Amino acid sequence: MKIKNIFVSFLVIMIGWMLLTWSLDVSSVLIGTGISLALSVVLCGSCNLFSEINLTPKAFAYFFWYIIVFLIELVKANIDVTRRVLSPSMPINPGIVKVQTTLKSKMARLILANSITLTPGTFTIEITDDALYIHWIDVEAEDVKGATNAIVRKFEKLLEVMYG
Amino acid sequence: MEIIGQIFLLMGSFSLMTAAIGLLRMPDVYNRVQTGTKASTLGAIMSFIGLALMAYESWGEINWVGRFAVLVVFIILTNPVSSHVLMRAAYAMKIPLSKLTTVDKLREDINNKVLEEPKDE
Repeated sequence: MKIKNIFVSFLVIMIGWMLLTWSLDVSSVLIGTGISLALSVVLCGSCNLFSEINLTPKAFAYFFWYIIVFLIELVKANIDVTRRVLSPSMPINPGIVKVQTTLKSKMARLILANSITLTPGTFTIEITDDALYIHWIDVEAEDVKGATNAIVRKFEKLLEVMYG
Repeated sequence: MEIIGQIFLLMGSFSLMTAAIGLLRMPDVYNRVQTGTKASTLGAIMSFIGLALMAYESWGEINWVGRFAVLVVFIILTNPVSSHVLMRAAYAMKIPLSKLTTVDKLREDINNKVLEEPKDE
């Protein structure tokens, strides 16, 4: 698992380097490779940040699909917020609901919680083992099952493939 | 390119303005944090996209597109976390929810001893 950790963190640092320098010179790429390799071995030799990620082509495809879904949800969230804020009657119906997740990996739960925070009308307050407590600006379903279907499901089925 | 960038900047500013109005109009802390987070995240992202488009041709030999891309990633990663900490701290300090609130499962579970009280650290 250590190799996978180092490999993924190497990729992340390398992409960051490429974006910041924005050049394909041989010297620049070589220096970037050296620095990324050194940093990922030193920093991520002992961490287990990425140890639960799946490195299959399907997982990569789902990663990009996840980003697209997430961006669409982010734009929808903003249209929703704008509508609520600017309408004179302010149609809100807030409440805190509980949802269940089936995800096991810590990283996947972190991504799930962050995504929920940035999607329409929902905001993660507290997270325990498999339950998330979510402040919902317009409560549609108070029970655990209905709330889970409405909030978590669309992200969970994508994250399940990325983190086995 | 320049004009598309300016349109993006305008949309971003509108989004940030929505965040500000939301902070003023919403009834309690929790709803305020919600509107603030969502609208300001997309506002910042839109502004960066607009700036990247404007900078693409005109801002000298340094290319800014990659730097703005890195900034966008950092904002998406960090903005929800900081707002979540604010919200959790507000809940731990027992700041009351607004009167419009219909359901509070977190308080129910704390009262039923399913869950510990969030600590005010």
